[in-house]
Amino acid sequence: MLCQICGKNPASVHFTEIHDNTMSEIHVCERCAEEKGMHTPAQQHQFDIADLLAGMVDSMTNSEEERVGHVVCPRCGLQYSSFKETGRLGCSECYKAFQNQLKPLLRRIHGDTRHRGKAPVRGGTAGAALRHVQRLHDELQRAVEREEFERAAQIRDEIRKLEAEARAAVPGSPS
Amino acid sequence: MSAPIDFAGLFATPAPWLRGTGPHAEMVLSTRIRLARNLREVPFTHRAKDEQLHGVLARVGGAVQASPVLGGGLLLKMQECSAIERQVLVERHLVSHELGDGARPRGIYVAKDDRISVMVNEEDHLRLQSLTPGFQLAEAWALADAADDELDGSLEYAFSDDIGYLTACPTNAGTGLRASVLIHLPALVLLEEIQRVLKSIMQVGLNVRGLYGEHSEIMGNLFQISNQTTLGRSERDSIESLERVTKQIIETEERARERMLRDARTQLEDKVWRAYGTLRYCRSIQAKEVINLCSAVRLGVAMGLEGLCPLRVVNELLVSTQPAHLQRLAGEEMAPPERNLYRAQVVRERLAAAEREAGESRSS
Repeated sequence: MLCQICGKNPASVHFTEIHDNTMSEIHVCERCAEEKGMHTPAQQHQFDIADLLAGMVDSMTNSEEERVGHVVCPRCGLQYSSFKETGRLGCSECYKAFQNQLKPLLRRIHGDTRHRGKAPVRGGTAGAALRHVQRLHDELQRAVEREEFERAAQIRDEIRKLEAEARAAVPGSPS
Repeated sequence: MSAPIDFAGLFATPAPWLRGTGPHAEMVLSTRIRLARNLREVPFTHRAKDEQLHGVLARVGGAVQASPVLGGGLLLKMQECSAIERQVLVERHLVSHELGDGARPRGIYVAKDDRISVMVNEEDHLRLQSLTPGFQLAEAWALADAADDELDGSLEYAFSDDIGYLTACPTNAGTGLRASVLIHLPALVLLEEIQRVLKSIMQVGLNVRGLYGEHSEIMGNLFQISNQTTLGRSERDSIESLERVTKQIIETEERARERMLRDARTQLEDKVWRAYGTLRYCRSIQAKEVINLCSAVRLGVAMGLEGLCPLRVVNELLVSTQPAHLQRLAGEEMAPPERNLYRAQVVRERLAAAEREAGESRSS
């Protein structure tokens, strides 16, 4: 493939841009990339996370933005507009106060909005048990993909056991 | 592994990640696991009042002391350290630039097992990290995970069932995990294949940075590769994918090294020995040049060229020739030109000592 700018050199730098759900790609040679100030991956770490976040949130229309910007966290008093400027939330409660705005943002950053990792051990609640089962389901899926059928059968049995235990437990009983 | 009792004790021992041991140490300098955690009822560091941050320092200190994995170590409060001492900690990769500014009640706790440490009141209240030599993600994860579980026994973390661990910046929410390897890729750089490799690393959702983390320049052909996202994947998933990709990079670099040895052995040996010669006899040298020359020597050591110094010595020079380390060693502040002279002396003496040690072990 030839560079889309000079049309002479082979394209070795590739950019993908996603805007309004449409993806555009551009393929250029290193020289043109440098001349146009397009950064190669090795230089890309020089962006500022706040700018990046601000850029991500910025696709709202003005009136929407004004309305959303005034949402305030009841615990720490942080305004959503100020999160937009700094890229930093004020306290753990902000996640609840701004959940409508944060969900799409989290999806754009991580490609997902659900936690699938470890949880505090002291929690010991139904939530922890549920996450454990979810994790096992994820593991089962992976084992099947890798054709590790013996492992998959073990995981399946464990899930069945946990689900049977959950059914047997009286709902609402203290853990 | 005994705990340093004060800053001087810490300074006298080279950072554990520089030991040049562990799997694939000839290519992977170190493996790091970082976990971001916050206390539920205190505002995140940048919104908290100083007295709240003092409270966080005290509570984390108490929890750390009560933990069998972490207890019995050393707590350094940033406000009580000099500017040079704080910078020494940054150069050792123990604290971040943000923690090292010394402006607010922040601290670093180095555990008895000095591979584990906790930064307190960085962007998040706790940044727990394990830093091990070589390529050992499973080991580094086990250390950090155990320490995290113990702290969680006495601290109440900010956590939600949906989003996971809640962090000041949404880019860390979820697992709060950053797993990274510091890898030396000189052959891929020399053969100009590095851009292609970096591009494919980024395409699989991993991130590449320089030796000194975010915003740092890539020097000495050293690359830090880490996971980018923290939501929607378990810690194990993120770590496994970093492990898989790192193994591929190691193989690619190995093949590139074999090719270079086959096609250009003489040029390569010449480059390595010229670099060694410059380090061994220089009279004035900048930190960046040391890092770049060390890269060539490191490649020579890894390829088994006889007569060079051990890997450990090359690794240590990367850190011990940084500005704050030099000034702390000299016991005084120095302007850059003065530092360049002193740096050259430190490098020459270190390599001469390594040559003497090698000579003694040969004759004994």
